[in-house]
Amino acid sequence: MDLLAFAKGPILMWSLIIFVVGVSWRLLGILLLRRKPDYSEPRSNATWWGAVRTVFSRMWMRKEFQSRTAYGAALGYVFHIGLAIVVFFFVPHILFIKDLTGLSWGGLPSGVIYATGVVTMIALIILLIRRFTHPVLKLLSNFDDYFSWFVTTAPVVTGLLAVAHLGARYETLLGLHILSVELLFIWFPFGKLMHAFLFAISRGTTGALLERKGAAT
Amino acid sequence: MPDNMTLGEKLVQQGISRRTFLKFCASMASLMALPPSMAAEMAEKLAKLRRQSVIWLSFQECTGCTESITRSHSPTIESLIFDAISLDYHHTLMAASGTAAEHAREQAMKENAGKYLLVVDGSVPAKDTEYYSTIAGISNYDMLVDTAKGAMAILSVGTCAAYGGIPKANPNPTGAVAVSDIIKDKPIINIPGCPPIATVMTGVIAHVLTLGTIPDLDELGRPKVFFGDTIHDRCYRRPFYDQGKFAKSFDDEGARNGWCLYELGCKGPTTYNSCATTKWNGGVSFPIESGHGCLGCSEPDFWDKGSFYKPLSTGEWGGGQILAAGVAAGAVIGVGAAFAARKRQDKASGGK
Repeated sequence: MDLLAFAKGPILMWSLIIFVVGVSWRLLGILLLRRKPDYSEPRSNATWWGAVRTVFSRMWMRKEFQSRTAYGAALGYVFHIGLAIVVFFFVPHILFIKDLTGLSWGGLPSGVIYATGVVTMIALIILLIRRFTHPVLKLLSNFDDYFSWFVTTAPVVTGLLAVAHLGARYETLLGLHILSVELLFIWFPFGKLMHAFLFAISRGTTGALLERKGAAT
Repeated sequence: MPDNMTLGEKLVQQGISRRTFLKFCASMASLMALPPSMAAEMAEKLAKLRRQSVIWLSFQECTGCTESITRSHSPTIESLIFDAISLDYHHTLMAASGTAAEHAREQAMKENAGKYLLVVDGSVPAKDTEYYSTIAGISNYDMLVDTAKGAMAILSVGTCAAYGGIPKANPNPTGAVAVSDIIKDKPIINIPGCPPIATVMTGVIAHVLTLGTIPDLDELGRPKVFFGDTIHDRCYRRPFYDQGKFAKSFDDEGARNGWCLYELGCKGPTTYNSCATTKWNGGVSFPIESGHGCLGCSEPDFWDKGSFYKPLSTGEWGGGQILAAGVAAGAVIGVGAAFAARKRQDKASGGK
């Protein structure tokens, strides 16, 4: 069995199993936790609306901190949107998802994907440098941050190397690309990448609490 | 061709002009990425070529490789080059049979010891060798080992000889292996394909005969000049891949417009061969040009690499049921973890 067959076969199966088991466990484990009782008089009963509003309002930076956070936020948006375009609009990726879920949609030309991939990779590298050089960020960062960065960046880099046929034969690079994605699948439920699912839950919870208290969200 | 006749004399006899022959040598040199000056040298050496003894052994195969080389449109210069060699043993093509045929092989081995070229098509059964595929009562395994001893080089023609091919496909009842799995002390050139392209076979033979060297090979033992690029990278449909235009079925508008066949399972991106450049049947077309995706037949284990009609980017694994079970298992663990946490919460708050 060559590297590509190995990556497309047993490793893919096990990484996906770990991914779905881990995500289900984390989500249900959190959602089924008992909420702390709040005996205060509610100032608003529109807690659901507060939850939804906060999910979206937190997508933009606060005016007060805009000058300090704009740079990091812009880079964050660039790589998140870039990743979304590359992951969900490259035709081979769509075909992978279709095979997995039955869902499919239209793709973008390869040139657009490659260019987006390069921009995404640059944004990720700048963000890592920033994490290394920014005193507060550096202090706050732990293994989870660096490893999550690594498993996010590796598929972008190996994907670009594969399409450019740089460093090794295409099938080897494709095998490495798939393996790097599988590493992401495996790490996903156990690290900060889980924010892809949890961001809405955590923001919604905060928004509902603040709405109940009558605070600005 | 009589023994004392050179290829040049043969060409004259067949009415092939020197200009045509030079054009062939130039295209062959170009195909093999040799410098242009080599064309004249190749023409000179080929024209003077006298019969090179070739022993062709056919083991577990379908005769497709022989069909490919003999059914190239006739009369081609490629076929004349093939005529120019002394095919001393080929049990499908030779007139002799039985004891006489085996005698021809033994005689060729004796008279040309250390100088003959051994061509093998078909894989070799390595399990119960005395039962699976024997010729004149001799097992394929023994015949290969015996014949390889005096060969100057071995050409493993076709995917079966090069990598085991279809006989080696799961569950491989005969324990089929490639020639290179058995012979370790001779230069081996793999010319895979199911079947290989006739021009590639004659091109490699021409290279060995004219230059007297083994062409540069890749890690799978294939001549880089013919197997250096993927089908995908040389495919005329590649621009459609880059534009994101794909045929969704074999008879939709995309297929009629000649769009990329990636979604229909084309294995061109991971297949190294010169189908897209050399093409087949005298340069008429190749499978993708005929509307079907590449099967990846020049790659090892191509038969066992999943469906020919599943896109390359899809997985080869158990499927959705396994994931559904995974979700259920994760849910059970999650519910258990949540209730354990609740118990801890209750204990900490004293049940309040």
